[in-house]
Amino acid sequence: MEWAGLYNYWIVIFLMMAGLYVVIASGNLIKKMVGLNIFQASVFLLYITMGKVQGGTAPIIEEGIRVYSNPLPHVLILTAIVVGVATTALGLAIIVRINEAFGSIEEDDLEKPEEAS
Amino acid sequence: MAATIYFVVRLHNLLAVVMLGGIYSLLAATMFVVLDAVDVAFTEAAVGAGISTVLMLGALSMTTSVEKTDARSTLLPLLFVVLAGFALIYGTLDMPHYGDPIAPIHQHVAPTYLADSLAKTSVPNVVTAVLASYRGYDTLGEVVVIFTAGVGVVLLIGRGRRRPGRKRDGE
Repeated sequence: MEWAGLYNYWIVIFLMMAGLYVVIASGNLIKKMVGLNIFQASVFLLYITMGKVQGGTAPIIEEGIRVYSNPLPHVLILTAIVVGVATTALGLAIIVRINEAFGSIEEDDLEKPEEAS
Repeated sequence: MAATIYFVVRLHNLLAVVMLGGIYSLLAATMFVVLDAVDVAFTEAAVGAGISTVLMLGALSMTTSVEKTDARSTLLPLLFVVLAGFALIYGTLDMPHYGDPIAPIHQHVAPTYLADSLAKTSVPNVVTAVLASYRGYDTLGEVVVIFTAGVGVVLLIGRGRRRPGRKRDGE
């Protein structure tokens, strides 16, 4: 089968789209952040599967090992994980501020026209 | 992982949703070990499953922990997501196969790093060598990103704490 070797991308796409669905469909801001994290982890998975070499081992140089997986996606994703936590922290801080200012973290409540207050 | 996401979609208790997010990260970390990316697995388990979950729990304690159940239409998001998924799958049809040793990604600079990094940096772990030695300035920039995020969080939350009930003005 010509397409059988592509299953890793399809798994990642399924997980990615599930995360995107959580981001779009849920009205709760914290749940949106969880969805965003799921989406993010799926993208990491995409990069790491691309770096895998059949029969390779972890890229730590050692005697007698010929085939290593590609280290460059690993480096990229290490950076991306840390940046992802930074954005998560900032997003959650904004959510906390929204809750302090408006008393809700539901999109529907926030979109309601503000009554005289 | 799919089951985890299913429950994230279905559950309305935000505490459970956040914990499931942590479990998802941990599962991703085990996948990384299987895929030879041990350094990434460490980081994902510590930072993705650990710190992120703690931050989320902190945010929950400052807000509310139950999602309001409402009758939002889920048809349109679902349709959009399925369409985007099929577009992406169509895009993968030309991609190199999983584990293919002659894929373009393995031909460019990666062999150089694998061959030279031990002699040049005397660090046996190639990921560490590239991250800390070859791309040291990028890692420094990453620290700046974290610092900026930390300053942003302190500015956003710290001010509200000290003067509660007062509108922020002059923006």
